[in-house]
Amino acid sequence: MAANMFVVPQTKGSVLCCKCGILMAPNPANMCVTCLRSEVDITEGLRKHATIMHCPECDSYLQPPRTWLKAQLESKELLTYCVKRLETDLKKVRLVNAEFIWTEPHSKRIKVKLKVQKEVLNGAILEQSYVVEYVLQDHMCESCTRFQANPDQWVASVQLRQRVSHRRTFFYLEQLILKHDAAVHAIKIKQMDQGIDFFFANKSHASKFVEFLDKVAPTKRRESKQLVSHDPKNNSYNYKYTFSVEISPICREDLICLPPRVAVSLGNLGPLVICTKVTNNIALLDPLTLRQCFLDPDQYWRYSFKSLLGSRQLVEYDVFNVEVGSPEFNVGGSKYVMADVEVARVTDYGKLFYVRTHLGHILKPGDRALGYDPYGANNNDNELDKYQNLVIPEVILIKKSYEEKRQKKRGEPRPWKLKSLDMELDESKGRGYEEKMNTEYEEFLRDLEENPELRFNLSLYRNKDYQPSEMASVSDGDDVPSVPLEELLADLELSEEEDGDDSMKD
Amino acid sequence: MATRLQFENSCDVGVFSKLTNAYCLVAIGGSENFYSTFESELADVIPVVKTSIAGTRIIGRLCAGNKNGLLVPHNTTDQELQHLRNSLPDQVVVRRIEEKLSALGNCIACNDHVALTHTDLDKETEEIIADVLGVEVFRQTIAGNILVGSYCAFSNRGGLVHPHTSIEDLDELSTLLQVPLVAGTINRGSEVIAAGMTVNDWTAFCGSDTTATELSVIESVFKLREAQPSAIVDEMRKSLIDTCV
Repeated sequence: MAANMFVVPQTKGSVLCCKCGILMAPNPANMCVTCLRSEVDITEGLRKHATIMHCPECDSYLQPPRTWLKAQLESKELLTYCVKRLETDLKKVRLVNAEFIWTEPHSKRIKVKLKVQKEVLNGAILEQSYVVEYVLQDHMCESCTRFQANPDQWVASVQLRQRVSHRRTFFYLEQLILKHDAAVHAIKIKQMDQGIDFFFANKSHASKFVEFLDKVAPTKRRESKQLVSHDPKNNSYNYKYTFSVEISPICREDLICLPPRVAVSLGNLGPLVICTKVTNNIALLDPLTLRQCFLDPDQYWRYSFKSLLGSRQLVEYDVFNVEVGSPEFNVGGSKYVMADVEVARVTDYGKLFYVRTHLGHILKPGDRALGYDPYGANNNDNELDKYQNLVIPEVILIKKSYEEKRQKKRGEPRPWKLKSLDMELDESKGRGYEEKMNTEYEEFLRDLEENPELRFNLSLYRNKDYQPSEMASVSDGDDVPSVPLEELLADLELSEEEDGDDSMKD
Repeated sequence: MATRLQFENSCDVGVFSKLTNAYCLVAIGGSENFYSTFESELADVIPVVKTSIAGTRIIGRLCAGNKNGLLVPHNTTDQELQHLRNSLPDQVVVRRIEEKLSALGNCIACNDHVALTHTDLDKETEEIIADVLGVEVFRQTIAGNILVGSYCAFSNRGGLVHPHTSIEDLDELSTLLQVPLVAGTINRGSEVIAAGMTVNDWTAFCGSDTTATELSVIESVFKLREAQPSAIVDEMRKSLIDTCV
């Protein structure tokens, strides 16, 4: 015997199957597989037929007691669901594999082949596959029933309002909502006077929408509910919820006279300020000192002041002379240059104004500018009256005007376009209202062209119908600002992937 | 000739009976069917004795023997011992042995020439076996099981062993025992061979669950088809008479 243990190699012999006598390798049952199969049926006692409820409207399947699971035919979710329905059976055996057998969709039958394993006869594990047939019974799910009964039924609504006379904010918000898909769950959207109403089927959807609005605009909100039905035995109550969201009336490019308390609390900011940006905070800029500050929605709604002059009251001025007074300031990301300019109203060349402005970086002699005319305006403002020794500048310039150049390009389509929400329009207004809307929309589009930071949050799509015309080559040196092509997204044709190149080339 | 039978609805015939070439021991059962089957086969050739060992009926597993002798465990009562001595032929030596492993039927498998024993058997017991049964003793395992008496059954003509026995083991055992061996099952795939059947040189008794395949295997390996009891016993008688004189 050697020092290491010598182990004889063991080869397994073969025995005869005790039933059919064929030669086989010995196994714990000592029967060949066929004999074992004929002897023992491990699928005995397992359900071979089952019934499942299916909602034909939304193609979902009932998971008792109340959940409806949406699944396609022959999908992984449906397979998991079918196997789960047989859970009690499958506790007795071990499931190895499950797959679908194709059935005609109209037959209302689903067949699943299951492969199971079970221990039989002193240790031998037998594997067997069997087919389970599911009968689909049509049964409308609750939400479809409710929808069928009354398609206009809403559970929660959000009433969005802004007490101003224009709809610029709502155009912008519409684009933002589209970009973030905030209103996907809305069952109806209706345009109202001074606002928009959104209707939802679920209170949580409405809450989520209100939260979204909170983030993008300075709002204040209120919530109320109304009892619709009441089940005394169950102690359950059905309500209709209404959220009332009001956006602050301060818009971009508005001229505001701050109440004395606000001016003081903001560090003696000159009472006349321009609103430069409105997100969920309001950015105010003092044009004479170039100081900027931000107001929280809470802070704003505590004082809730209104603007003095709005963008409707902008007047065109011709710039005659520009004297740059100071170097470039960088205020909150935007560059401003203080300058003294000589301007006159386009309608009245007789009166020249010599004023300070913060637009020195873009104005040149011969330009047109848009600004407010406190000199000519008749102000009836409580806040203004509170100041005794206030010197109001005669002209406050806001932005440069590209009106003349736009005249040349009038009527030509833009290379980009915007999508719009599916809104129900207010029927009660007349033709004049419609024209006013169109003009405002046109101005909104121009605004987008001029302000890259306004475009930042939105999605612009390439306009397929646009052909650059020959006129484009004949242009002055100073081009009308337009949207660079790189910012445009290709429009979704068949709801497949969006080929978007969203780089900001600024 | 292999016969299928049952003891009180149990197919484990080898537990309740012990068959050798010179005698047959049968347990005391509820009905006489078991005994009468044995009698009808063997009565005019060898004595069929009804007995109990240690007050139990599992006599097949408690005792071991061949034509030369019979070994019974230490807990056999005196009456049983006396009964056995009286009933069995005189040339069969009945001996009670003191052994820790008292289920001698499970520990010892023997025919008239060779015996396989449990590996942990006492040295003394081994000597007694060699002496009383007149056999050569080998300590072995069968398919890794130490209870050789349960997992194999062999006679002077052939043997049946546990189905999982490897080919090398089969060859080795065959060389030791000098008889052809086959690995197979009894009673519809049961691996405990000796519990399911009992065999001598010309006949075998199997549990009623034994399938036709198993039965044919048994008949072929133990060469039962052409065997006639009279021929064998005559041979024995001749040799006996020879020595007597």
